[in-house]
Amino acid sequence: MRRIRWHTPNWIVIPIAIIASLLVTSLLLITFGVSPKEGFDAMLLGAFGDSTKVLSVTAFWVPLALAAAGLILTFTAGLWNIGVEGQIVMGAVAASWVALKIDAPGPLMLILELSFAMAAGALWAGLTALLKTRGKVHEIFGGLALNNLAIILTNYLISGPWQPPEGGTFRGTEPFPAKALLPLYQDSHLSPLSVVITLIVIVLIYFVLRGTKWGLRLKALGKNPRSAFILGVPSERETILAMMICGAVAGLGGSVRVLSWFDSLRQSISGGIGYLALLVVMLSATRILLTPFIAYFFSAVLNGSITLQLRTQLHSSLGGILTGVMVLFVLLFGGARPLKLPSQKAVEVEENE
Amino acid sequence: MEVALEDIRKYFGDVRANDGISLALQPGKIYGLLGENGAGKSTLMKVLSGYHPPDDGRIVLNAAPVAFSSPSDALAQGIGMIYQDPLDIPAMRVIDNYLLGWDRRIVLDYARAGEELRKNADRMGFHFEPDAYIESLSLGERQQLEMLRLLALGADVLILDEPTTGISAEQKESLFASLHRLVEEEAKTAILVSHKLSDIQELCDHVFVLRRGNLIGSTDIPCPTQHLVEMMFEELPPRRPRVSHARDESAFLRLENVAVEDDRLQVADINLDIRAGEVFGVAGLEGSGQRLILQACAGLLPVSEGKIYLDQRDVTRWPYRKLLQTGVAYLPAGRLEEGLIAGLNLMEHIALSNPMPAFLIDWRHYAQETEARIQRYEVVGQVDSFVETLSGGNQQRTLFAMLRDDLRLLLMEHPTRGLDVRSADWIWQLLYQRVEAGTTVLFISVDLDELVERSDRIVAFSGGSMSRVVQADETTADELGHLIGGE
Repeated sequence: MRRIRWHTPNWIVIPIAIIASLLVTSLLLITFGVSPKEGFDAMLLGAFGDSTKVLSVTAFWVPLALAAAGLILTFTAGLWNIGVEGQIVMGAVAASWVALKIDAPGPLMLILELSFAMAAGALWAGLTALLKTRGKVHEIFGGLALNNLAIILTNYLISGPWQPPEGGTFRGTEPFPAKALLPLYQDSHLSPLSVVITLIVIVLIYFVLRGTKWGLRLKALGKNPRSAFILGVPSERETILAMMICGAVAGLGGSVRVLSWFDSLRQSISGGIGYLALLVVMLSATRILLTPFIAYFFSAVLNGSITLQLRTQLHSSLGGILTGVMVLFVLLFGGARPLKLPSQKAVEVEENE
Repeated sequence: MEVALEDIRKYFGDVRANDGISLALQPGKIYGLLGENGAGKSTLMKVLSGYHPPDDGRIVLNAAPVAFSSPSDALAQGIGMIYQDPLDIPAMRVIDNYLLGWDRRIVLDYARAGEELRKNADRMGFHFEPDAYIESLSLGERQQLEMLRLLALGADVLILDEPTTGISAEQKESLFASLHRLVEEEAKTAILVSHKLSDIQELCDHVFVLRRGNLIGSTDIPCPTQHLVEMMFEELPPRRPRVSHARDESAFLRLENVAVEDDRLQVADINLDIRAGEVFGVAGLEGSGQRLILQACAGLLPVSEGKIYLDQRDVTRWPYRKLLQTGVAYLPAGRLEEGLIAGLNLMEHIALSNPMPAFLIDWRHYAQETEARIQRYEVVGQVDSFVETLSGGNQQRTLFAMLRDDLRLLLMEHPTRGLDVRSADWIWQLLYQRVEAGTTVLFISVDLDELVERSDRIVAFSGGSMSRVVQADETTADELGHLIGGE
């Protein structure tokens, strides 16, 4: 009769899950005639083999860690912000618009790009939130619909108005001017500035949840919206705000994708980083301080599997399988129901009578 | 079918919902099961219908002990229960619901089933359009459909849980007539779970009375209503005089022709004047409409007609939060459902309930504040105890500890439910301190002694209508019992 909440997975659970998922992946490798040791070695080499690889893993980590940090807010408030993927995409689109259409001195350019990206992500998320609070559209459905719209918008821009002058490839816009890009470390795709921003965002969200009225209200809302309302939490406002801030942070992640990982707006610009971030947060049991590490692990596995493919001719989606299986095992063993089921209040009260 | 319940025990944590109940039922009779809320009626019937397994004791059908694994298992052995909210599926058609759990083939024979539904309905004097959607049916019609379904599935014993709440007088008549027919012509057994004395008197052959999980007595019907009231409610302890703090004659909270409704019940034409500093009690068994009125006063339920005035201001359309900020508080009955938040600790609750919070939370301040309130309200718990680990009584104290100091109107449901006598008395002393400081109290209770002893004035609700207002010091639990029974 108790409400189902996030269970913190036991510290035993995570090692079990890691071992179990390694076993499953090993089995898969063996089925395809590759020795697991060779496979994992290849992955490790692919992720940390040399400095370029490490830089690449880190650069991929930035938007993932940002989106995960934003999702901590919405998960805390009990919201399933599946729309985070679309919020990343809209951030990328907005940053691209500034990069392509506005001419300003370098630093101002970057500030404009990042702020527009945040605003676009926030608005996109706010739309989902409004659909939920005013239109009674569950945020999962609203979010999925807006994800699709964001991707369609990107494709339209790339093949239409923002098409490179030399003609229609369906791949991306022309490269942005150098001053519009984030300053990169040597010739990698990693922007040290973006790493700093990410760490600041994570620490900020940590303190917001720990020490502010707003953070406490989100927690209350996520654990029991009815009680929170009775205690005077303005549910609608806090729901919209949580979504919008998550969207802003995700949008920031999207801008990093176009301004450092790539140098232009591409097709599938996010490529599922939003969904990956959802997995990261589930694995962390909404503990924000764990998310950067889990995100880094994910990033390493996914980048490592590219080398795996080169070495063993196995498809690189094996990395996705490894992380996916791991999340499933943690959820399974931890009994972690990410969010409470629809309340059975009536039944529960009945049973007490 | 002969049914015997032997020493049935069912506990929920510390609550002894059924504490060794034995009773026997003969075929061809209609039985009443009477008792206050929390007396254990519903639990006992849920045990009999396979919804709960008993912790101890056994069910005997036709001299053979049985154990049910589920409600459908119980139904297969002849026992069917119609719940207060029929367990049908609103988005489906009548005929689909009728076939539910019955025709186990893959392709359903709608034509034959429709024919059979019509035949059965005719026999009972009901009428259904097989293709109508459940949503379009009234509660009474849904009950009738559920009854037909259970009978088609072979129910010999029909349990009806508060069947007359929310249905029309006409439907009640038709329901009672069909029950009489079933019992007399087909030797079925019917059990009517109710707190309505008139229904019991009208329909039943025999009544069992439960109190606090025990069978207190049983008697053949008809019998004097007075006798039933006495069995249902406990003896009064000696009356203690108390001083009223009601200040003046003008109304602090005024309800004018107020009408409210939810999906089950309509309450209309409520007129009440509650004076500043008054303690006003509302009697009535759960689901009689008193909760709707309380929630309307709190701004939690829209008022469909009429006006509510607070201190001469029209607050009819004020939302809950606005009322909260002007000093109205609402303490609901479901503590962990709509008052406290499982997963947050006491300190977080105290911080959350602060009406004027700063952006940054000063946890050190709240730790002291929480500690102080724990002392003052004698909560057995620590600053960082999660509320769900507290006992029911301490959860209630926590709710009181969260109330702001300058409260003007306190709306409460069952303020001392689950508390022992000492804690209840102590809670009321705290409430009186607040009343002295200017708070007006409007509370709902099912505890007649509490109502008589603690209130200045009392009204009772029964099936959505409000009784006259009685002076607490001129009434008795007996009189209230009659008012609650709608007599």
